[in-house]
Amino acid sequence: MEQAIPPAAHGAEHEATTTGLNHRKLLMWAFLGSDCLFFAALIASYLVYKGRSVVGPFPQDVFDIPVTSVSTFVLLISSMSMVLAYSALTRGSLKVFRIWILSTALMGMTFLAFQVFEFRTFATHKIEVECAGLEVQELTAIEQKVAEGCAAGVEKVVEQHGLTPKTNLFGSTFFTLTGFHGAHVTIGVIWLLSLFLYSFRRGGVTPERHLDVDLAALYWHFVDVVWIVIFTVVYLFGVFEGFQ
Amino acid sequence: MATLTFPIPRPIHPTGVWGWITTIDHKRIGILYGITAFVLFLTGGIEALLIRVQLAAPDQDIVTPEVFNQLFTMHGTTMIFLAIMPMGAAFFNFIIPLQIGARDVAFPRLNAFSYWTFLAGALMLKLSWVLGAAPNAGWFAYSPLTGLAANPGHGVDYWIVSLMLLGIASLAAGFNFLVTIVNMRAPGMSLMRMPIFTWMTLLTAILIVLAFPVITVALIELMFDRTFGTNFFVVSAGGNPILWQHLFWVFGHPEVYILILPAMGIVAEIIPTFSKKPLFGYPVVVLSGVTISFLGWMVWSHHMFTVGLGPVANSVFTVTTLIIAIPTGVKIFNWLGTMWKGSILLNTPMLFALGFVGMFTIGGLSGVMHASAASDAQQQDTYFIVAHIHYVLFGGAIFGLMAGIYYWIPKVTGRMFNEAVGKFNFWLLFIGMNIAFFPMHFTGLDGMPRRIYTYSSEMGWSFWNGVSTVGAFLVAVSMLIFVYNIAKCWLRGEPAGDDPWDARTLEWSIPSPPPEYNFVEIPVVQDRDDWWAQKRRQVRRAVPVAGGSEDGVEHSIHMPQASYWPFLVSIGLFIGAYGLIFNFAVAALGGVLAMISTYAWSFEPVNEPEETPSH
Amino acid sequence: MSQEQETVVFQKPSDAVHTGHPTPMTYFTVAVVLAGITGIEVAVFYVNWLSYGIIPVLTILSVIKFALVGMYYMHLKYDARLFSTFFVCGVALATAVVFALITLFSFFV
Repeated sequence: MEQAIPPAAHGAEHEATTTGLNHRKLLMWAFLGSDCLFFAALIASYLVYKGRSVVGPFPQDVFDIPVTSVSTFVLLISSMSMVLAYSALTRGSLKVFRIWILSTALMGMTFLAFQVFEFRTFATHKIEVECAGLEVQELTAIEQKVAEGCAAGVEKVVEQHGLTPKTNLFGSTFFTLTGFHGAHVTIGVIWLLSLFLYSFRRGGVTPERHLDVDLAALYWHFVDVVWIVIFTVVYLFGVFEGFQ
Repeated sequence: MATLTFPIPRPIHPTGVWGWITTIDHKRIGILYGITAFVLFLTGGIEALLIRVQLAAPDQDIVTPEVFNQLFTMHGTTMIFLAIMPMGAAFFNFIIPLQIGARDVAFPRLNAFSYWTFLAGALMLKLSWVLGAAPNAGWFAYSPLTGLAANPGHGVDYWIVSLMLLGIASLAAGFNFLVTIVNMRAPGMSLMRMPIFTWMTLLTAILIVLAFPVITVALIELMFDRTFGTNFFVVSAGGNPILWQHLFWVFGHPEVYILILPAMGIVAEIIPTFSKKPLFGYPVVVLSGVTISFLGWMVWSHHMFTVGLGPVANSVFTVTTLIIAIPTGVKIFNWLGTMWKGSILLNTPMLFALGFVGMFTIGGLSGVMHASAASDAQQQDTYFIVAHIHYVLFGGAIFGLMAGIYYWIPKVTGRMFNEAVGKFNFWLLFIGMNIAFFPMHFTGLDGMPRRIYTYSSEMGWSFWNGVSTVGAFLVAVSMLIFVYNIAKCWLRGEPAGDDPWDARTLEWSIPSPPPEYNFVEIPVVQDRDDWWAQKRRQVRRAVPVAGGSEDGVEHSIHMPQASYWPFLVSIGLFIGAYGLIFNFAVAALGGVLAMISTYAWSFEPVNEPEETPSH
Repeated sequence: MSQEQETVVFQKPSDAVHTGHPTPMTYFTVAVVLAGITGIEVAVFYVNWLSYGIIPVLTILSVIKFALVGMYYMHLKYDARLFSTFFVCGVALATAVVFALITLFSFFV
């Protein structure tokens, strides 16, 4: 049965489409599918170079799994608050929507703060060697090198061996991968804060315009889902050697 | 609806240059793409002619080795990214909404943004000739030649940021056409009733959105190595230049299908039209397109057979590459089957389409020879590969695109070209192209490497190189004839009418050139080749526009309004890209402009509330 | 020549594509499960005797988390199949590319 087609609409939301699905939602899903390939190339670069850095620090030297677990947990909960924000909006509770979307943005910022903290910790990573009882200590190659400073007669030698993008392959691949993920989170936070602020404008965010929030939510969940992969593949598998 | 006011008001029915800058009409954007791409094609041609002049005879130094390296790098990059891809985009833009019975694409402002960002990338690349230095490491920019140690100048940086801009433009267009084709088809147009060009465009769009992110990462990694001192391709840190090759070719192989599928789609429209027969085996042609798109992800290391991946990898990729020849060959047979017992008209578009079939087959045969890692061991990096490339991309893609120009120019301009000049154009180009490129099979098999700026007279390559150069100039002359023919058509051609070819698809059912809103009434589709079916039954199937009569149609159809934000975002990106090479403060400035413009764009409604027209 | 009997109709965008809708309680439950799985992942990480065995375990757990977020939070379980197709194609190709590159680099380079 054919329907009369209305003239090209003033707002795309009301326009009839071949699949019955909204253009912008279809676009967002196509974008997310495409973004998977972006992260695939970064993750592949990381994994291909895993275990091949010539100098340290290496993953097990710097990773702090408990701390990263907390930031992972925060990001996961932020997905829940995002979905509760959308749910509140569709039920018409603008105030509740505002609370949840602000919470999501704040949790996102918390995650970013953890990232910044982590990056700085890595960059200022130090190697300490106690000079007493050197013979019985099991020292790695880099620690042995640091231990040469004991000849000066000090109690303890401390040298900075930070991890930066320039240090080694691990630094280059790790910071690029997590850095671009962090950039995605940042864009998401800006998006969510924009929606939060725009909701104070009359008619800015309404149940009829729920798609605007839906699109932001999909993006946010995607960013969370990418982190799930990164947390496992980069952090939890950090202790392993690599593919050789 | 909340709107924000700006110092410059949103254009309403703008005219003149401002009209072109703020246009979001797919037809205008298509014309912009087409003209820009063709001009850039000519610049790539000049680069080629300089190469051919230098190589015409042995031991010449008409250009220095450094300039020669820049010439072949710029020629390849220009032809692939600034000529073939945007020319394809010109056709997607103008033709797809018309073929699917839509009034525009899904995201008209995003469409404009694609064009302006493409232009930004094109300018960035071409300006490198005069601004800093042109890139010199080949169009595929292998590491470590592109690293800071071997390439301290800015040439490679220009290449990187230009490709990033071009990638953004292509991605935006890919998303747009993907959603448009999936979601804006006229009622009754199921996927298997779509014109075959629309199908190939859909597949191309899917390939674009999946492949371009990979090269984006490769470009980011190379840029980081050069700008921030990372170690992605730094051997002393354990980095491996082979990673660049893999990332590049995981993109690069789907890219060659992105280049050829649109041309195949065009040819598959033209042959049925001028055989007066439907496309033979339409479902099989669709299936082979899908198969090629799928298998195209599994063959990339055939570009790396001589890198030393080892016999197992080489064998696997040999097999997959041989397999992908099958669906390609199937299409050729379907086109021949279309012509069989058809009522054939050998006019200019048909000649170019048949030229495609012949030339692409030759290129495909040399391709099958490269597919075997064993024979490729001799052929790789020789002129045998250059021959293959040019038969598939010139004899293939360019011939297909030129066929499309001749085929659709009456629809775009409402005017007909001179058929005699068109035929002369074709034959001169066909002869010139074969004289230019066929001898490269010989020099290649004779061991002449690629990318050498000169060769000794003792190598025995002199004769065929000289012949090639003659062919290249014949090609150049034929292009001048083409420009003359198209320009004369556009400015002074005879009125062509709506359907000069008695064609098969919906774009021929509306006036030439089409009105802004394309269709007075959105058609209801009941057949494949629906326009042909309508004509044969002398039926016009359409659905009345709500509240509109023929006279009042201009006022009851509201088209999306022009906007300057897409243009401004592109300017921001251009400035940002330039800043990435030279000055991060400038990059930040560009980024801020792009971000503000993006915000403004997202708050701008599709249409401003308009006053009710009084007439 | 018409090949199909049915006519494809223009469809108005509608909520009819939703075949059900989770409640806030569902969302909270999913969050608890996600947090729980994360806890298990971290615990497994410290189980030394599993050695390389943690790789398949953690992979499976991560896939479950990925699927939960996708199906419930991103609503794919309740939405049109086409969205899942777009996303799954991207994820599948991404996974294949990663594995292909790892393989090429571990055995051949």
